[in-house]
This record gives sequence, structure tokens and C-alpha cells, in this order.
Amino acid sequence: MRLNYPSEVKVIQVPCTGRVDIIHLLNAVEKGADGVYVAGCLEGECHYLTGNIKTRKKVEYVKKILGEIGIEPERVEMYNLSSAQGARFAEIAREMTAKIRELGPSPVRMNDPVSEKKAA
Amino acid sequence: MIVADRKSLEEIQEMIKPHRKLLIVGCKGCVTVCNVGGSKEVEILASALTIARKKENNEIEIDTTTIERQCDNEYVSQLKETVGNYDAVLSMACGVGPQFLSEYYREQKFYPAVNTTFFGGAVSHGIWEERCAGCGTCIIHDFDGICPIARCAKSLLHGPCGGSSNGLCEISKETICIWDAIVAKKIEQGRLEDLLKVRPAKDWRTARDGGPRRSIREELTR
Repeated sequence: MRLNYPSEVKVIQVPCTGRVDIIHLLNAVEKGADGVYVAGCLEGECHYLTGNIKTRKKVEYVKKILGEIGIEPERVEMYNLSSAQGARFAEIAREMTAKIRELGPSPVRMNDPVSEKKAA
Repeated sequence: MIVADRKSLEEIQEMIKPHRKLLIVGCKGCVTVCNVGGSKEVEILASALTIARKKENNEIEIDTTTIERQCDNEYVSQLKETVGNYDAVLSMACGVGPQFLSEYYREQKFYPAVNTTFFGGAVSHGIWEERCAGCGTCIIHDFDGICPIARCAKSLLHGPCGGSSNGLCEISKETICIWDAIVAKKIEQGRLEDLLKVRPAKDWRTARDGGPRRSIREELTR
């Protein structure tokens, strides 16, 4: 398909989005990521039945935590798409990147010269 | 088990405001089972507080550990090598934990990260309910395994009050009238007359009314 998507997006593969935990998302924010999103299978299509549904709840919880500490919750999102939807994958990557660009750099990174350097 | 809820991050942030090096201690007992203060939750809290402090440009160094039980000095003593290396310690155990810790390490400052709520169990995944009030004189056998002390808003022992309506308690639409449930169960079992039994007034001295309680088991003392 050779679809392009923004090079800022770094993909971390997991066997199922159910493997993604709250701490993984928080760690990404803590280490200076401007945004994190989870791309799970379509709801009802999870090979492990409910991995994507469970992780949606974890994502919601992370958003709540971020809101409580004054970080924009929109920096963390969950999307659902099938592995056959390559075009949608690229579209989501662009959508998320645009949203994060609008929000600007993470306030965590702004005050941390080390992660600022790494991110640059 | 003892059920607890994590305090708001705002409250915790306020507590630890003056400190720059913190230890968060979890407990592998009840608070692990009710997903509020086990090793997983300790890591989440540490990360959330680190993010918050980085955002404020007021960095904090946080270490984490989770011990077997904070209500037992045998395990509390395992922290003796490290506890002094921190400005303060945040305990994620029930209210017993920070008390045992501060009794054992008198020089250190301890904060509770959770609010201890009740004795109960999980009725479904992620939902816990109160079942016991720890009154010290169990009488649930008189009510077919349902405790009116813990589960009736007024702890009534002689039937429902006027606030019972369609099986619900007047305090909230989510709270069942436990006396309605007790009577329904007695009817179902054909033992409604059990409730006519005259019982002596309950001795509340074994509950909190008698002051702080102590339990001594001679066969175990040294």
C-alpha cells in the first residue's frame, strides 16, 4: 500500500492491546512523550475477546489521572481499527499528530532538559 | 477484606509538597486485593506524582516498594535499611499501615495515600460492597447470613424503618433495604417466625463504643 504517516509516530507492537497497562501509558508521558495512542482491534473483534475493551477503560483511567494533575487528557487516546484498514491507520496517525501539534509540547518535557534533548 | 480508595491526587500532592525524595510503600494484603495499594498501584501513583512535579518544574525523586503486610512488624522491619534515606514515606496500605510504620520508625514522616472505607468484598469486578461493621459480637446467623448492622443505614435489629420503599433504602436508590432482603429470605425459607424471637439487647461494648479494642490469644503470646 506504501501509505505515508507522520514519522513522529513510533510504533510499539504488542500481541493484543489488552497487554497495554496503565503504567505503560503513564511511563510514556513521564519520559516526555507529547502524546500516546493505543490502536486496538475493532470492538467485538478481539482475538482474545475483550482485550481492546479492557484497555479502553485503562486509557480512560489514564486520561482521568492526567486531568487530575493538570495535563491535557487528550494527549492519550484509544482508537479501534482492523488490521486490514491500513489507510485508516495512516489517517489516525495524521489525526493524532495534528492534535498533539495543536496542544504543543508536553509540559513534562518543557521543564526537563534531558528528555527535551532526547525528544529533539 | 479491608477496602480502601486512593486519595485524590490533589490531596496527595498537597501532602508531599515540601518533600523532594519520597518512598511509596505498598502492601500485599487487602489493598492489593481491592486494587488500591498493591505494587501495580504504587507504580501508577509514583508515575503520576513524578509527571505532576515535572510539569511544575519541581522535580521529585520517588522510589517504590511493596511489603507483604504493613500491619505486621515482622514485615515493617524489612524497611529499616532504606526508610531513613527519604524525606517522607507515603503508605498505600489501609489506615493500619502508616500507623505501624510511624510507630516502628519514629523519626520518619509517614502519609496515608488511601482512605480506608470498610470491611467488604467484591460483588463483581471493580465493585466492592460493605458487609461487616466489626461490631465484635456477630449475630448474622439470626438473619440468615445478612448483617443488618453493617448493611442497614440505621443498623436496626428489629425490622425495616419507614424509609424502606420497594426494597430500597431512603438514603439512595442504589442501596437496598437490607431488612426487606432479610424478610424476603425468611419468607423464601419458610422461617419468618424466626424474626419473632426475642433477643436480649445487643451489647455494644464490644464495638467501637467500648473504646479501642485489643485481641489477646494466650496460646500465641510469647
